[in-house]
Amino acid sequence: MQRIGVFVCWCGSNIAATVDVEQVSRALGKEPGVVFSTNYQYMCSQAGQDLIANTIRDYALTGVVICSCSPRMHEATFRKTCSRAGLNPYMVEIANIREQCSWIHKEKATATEKAIILGRAAIAKVQLNAPLVAGTSPVKKRALVIGGGIAGIQTALDIAEAGFDVDIVEKKPTIGGKMTQIDKTFPTLDCAACILTPKMVDAAQNEKIHIYAYSEIEKISGFVGNFRVTIRKKARYVDEAKCTGCGLCTEKCPQKKVPNEFNLGLDTRRAIYIPFAQAVPKLATIDANYCTMLKTGKCGVCSKVCTAGAIDYKQKDTFVEEEYGAIVAATGFEPIKLDKYDEFAYSQSPDVVTSLEFERLMNAAGPTGGVLLRPSDKTHPKTIVFVQCVGSRCADGRGKSYCSKICCMYTAKHAMLCREKYPDTDVYVFYIDVRTPGKNFDEFYRRAVEEYGVHYVKGMVGKVVPQDGKLKVQASDLLGGRQLHIDADMVVLAAAIEPDKSARPLATMLTASMDTNDFFTEAHPKLRPVESPTAGIFLSGTCQGPKDIPETVAQASAAAAKVIGLLAKDSLTCNPCTAQPDEQMCNGCSSCEKVCPYGAITYADKEFRGPNRTTLVRRVAQVNPAVCQGCGACTVACPSGAMDLKGFSNAQILAEVDAICR
Amino acid sequence: MNDLETIRRISGVNPRRCMKCGKCTASCPAYDQMEYHPHQFVDMVETGHIDELLHSKGIYTCLSCFACVERCPRSVEPAKLIEAVRVVFLRRVGEEHLHPEAVAALADPEIPQQAVTSAFRKYRK
Amino acid sequence: MPVNEEFQPTIVAFCCNWCSYAGADLSGTNRMQYPANVKIIRIPCSCRLNPTFILRAFQRGADGVILCGCHPGDCHYTSGNYFARRRMTLLFSMLDYLGIERERTRVEWVSAAEGAKFAATMNDFVATVTKLGKNKRLEDLRCSKA
Repeated sequence: MQRIGVFVCWCGSNIAATVDVEQVSRALGKEPGVVFSTNYQYMCSQAGQDLIANTIRDYALTGVVICSCSPRMHEATFRKTCSRAGLNPYMVEIANIREQCSWIHKEKATATEKAIILGRAAIAKVQLNAPLVAGTSPVKKRALVIGGGIAGIQTALDIAEAGFDVDIVEKKPTIGGKMTQIDKTFPTLDCAACILTPKMVDAAQNEKIHIYAYSEIEKISGFVGNFRVTIRKKARYVDEAKCTGCGLCTEKCPQKKVPNEFNLGLDTRRAIYIPFAQAVPKLATIDANYCTMLKTGKCGVCSKVCTAGAIDYKQKDTFVEEEYGAIVAATGFEPIKLDKYDEFAYSQSPDVVTSLEFERLMNAAGPTGGVLLRPSDKTHPKTIVFVQCVGSRCADGRGKSYCSKICCMYTAKHAMLCREKYPDTDVYVFYIDVRTPGKNFDEFYRRAVEEYGVHYVKGMVGKVVPQDGKLKVQASDLLGGRQLHIDADMVVLAAAIEPDKSARPLATMLTASMDTNDFFTEAHPKLRPVESPTAGIFLSGTCQGPKDIPETVAQASAAAAKVIGLLAKDSLTCNPCTAQPDEQMCNGCSSCEKVCPYGAITYADKEFRGPNRTTLVRRVAQVNPAVCQGCGACTVACPSGAMDLKGFSNAQILAEVDAICR
Repeated sequence: MNDLETIRRISGVNPRRCMKCGKCTASCPAYDQMEYHPHQFVDMVETGHIDELLHSKGIYTCLSCFACVERCPRSVEPAKLIEAVRVVFLRRVGEEHLHPEAVAALADPEIPQQAVTSAFRKYRK
Repeated sequence: MPVNEEFQPTIVAFCCNWCSYAGADLSGTNRMQYPANVKIIRIPCSCRLNPTFILRAFQRGADGVILCGCHPGDCHYTSGNYFARRRMTLLFSMLDYLGIERERTRVEWVSAAEGAKFAATMNDFVATVTKLGKNKRLEDLRCSKA
């Protein structure tokens, strides 16, 4: 039998005004096992906590029930109090008589009666509480960053700065991500490459950072502090140790007609290529889909010209296995495919381009050397129409329901740059709303309108029809009450952005949750924005939601801070409310293993005593308390009732049910 | 049930979904012939200004080409709304435009018999 | 069965710790009224609810049982509420088979931000169960109060 103390809090008048606290403490004092019952004005105050601690000592209490505010508020406080007084902190139960009683009921008699019942349920539960001790698990002091864009690079640099080893896994042949393709950045108009490439070089030269470029995640197992990850290093057909990145092979390769993905297919590259001049690592890669040697076995030009002898046509994918304490997802975004938006004629005319393609057309390292020319006839466009929200804010199933956040600003930038470089062009921007919440963002947009003379028109473009070398744009001007017909030379579509396709399978491997748009879910939308609800998984950049570069970098550093906080610990305290199987009852059926979202349940063959001094070997479930998060799914799935959850055991919950229904 | 509710019910359109982007109006091929344009239809139904709409000639110039329905990013379906407005007006008792006794005088041997019958069906109340 | 004005049903509400319990707290913080008949039991996740807990409640004289969890897709434990949903569907068909009024058991998804929904759900549920009257079919008379 437990020796239970009951402490009823007035919470000033928050509880005492509608609940007769005196009557509650008197009634609960008569419950079986209760040896002490009192009420006090503020239990959470220092004096209140002292009252609890002293009573625990004086009455040798083994269990404590506190009738007060929600356990979400002060459970931790009271657990610490008990711990200080030498009582196991898990011998405390809270009856929520404020949020779920005094604040929602007006009549004192009803509220008092309910408070007594809630207190009774808590007493019934604490009767069955057992002292719990939180276990610990060691932390592997190495972090993994998945994705080598600006988010991943920044996170890795910050973690390395704190002295921890960090690996970057990037699926493309070079790190840098989307930012490498961008020409200028808003609202300052710095050159993107000028601010990004030094960071890429920093990452490559940092001895704490190891970059696995042209690699993918194959398998992830383990849990916070102890992840085991298999990385697939895809075959480059070039020996990384020997290649000097001289680029001679990329000039001599006879296969010239490969669409260049770095320029979004606006020009071509060779079958052996280096994505761009500042690539990190600067290594040649053979594209197996186009290489004549790999396809037919007849060519070998690159091998002949390579003075370093780096070409290796027989190279195979290799696998690396590594252990990590924390994993950061930084998988980034892709613009959506526009095949469902045929009214904008994207597939009908090469002069209708996406904003990212336009970025390449404006870039000095792009296919036109930075001179804005129409892709169709390489002439200078005189009238350019920008269309906003293509696929963003769509509720019709064709696009995305969310606002892509960055389009308003980059379109203002594009429009401004067009007018600055080519003052003879007419630039129209069709918008639904112009959203510029950010430091110096609205000023930037206003400059585009006022100083650069960009025509901003409230309304959408209805259709674009290619005709006689022009693009007939039919649009509405809602504020002017007109329908506009513009003969444009180029149309630029601000395509919505979506999470990279690799994020979904990665989330499954990480058991990290995602929203319906395949963005990673954060642990708390306001207070824990860079952590996944899955312990040890952190989120960096646009894989969590649309973001511009400054926000991405801020989040990347925030994620790094969280990782450093984790890696700085030698061991982690686990949640003691974990599942526990009764090995005598377990029949090894694997039902629990199948429902466990964390892979916390494994099986072991154990010896049991059989009849007549025989030994039986049976397969029984084992719960790894460091991995188990205590959801309880397995307890219900277990057909023999062998699995129970500490802190929320079957007996405890049934005791509460009985106490309420008594 | 008032006209507003009838329009919403038979069209199945929720005008609140509209985010005023104007893509319907931008798409409309009959724009020049209308005094109210697709995004305005939606707004008028949403704010309850339907008397002007019911008596407008513009609603009959809508071709029901459904370009606005096809392209609306919010699935508001303005063309269905305009069809509902037309139906509500045609169903109004006592406001029919054609009296049975007037038909004989208008009868033209060139008019197909089916059109005459359907006119009776539509305007007989 | 005539509706008894005086009848006060006993309602047991199982709320998951992460969404619905917080939603219940929020409705308290916002002072949204719902009847005192509802008594909440906190469980870590809706998937912790063993359907036998519901049967036990009915056996001990509860007149209605409601399970509240995170919205599908929002489970703190990723998939717990899907398990709960499936188990409750099975329980419903069993209760149907036993001839227990379906309205006495309910599953609702209430997020931590939906204090108003929590209060509205509870008001509605208490009204429904009050109309149904005392649960007699599953009550174990050996446990009855009288």
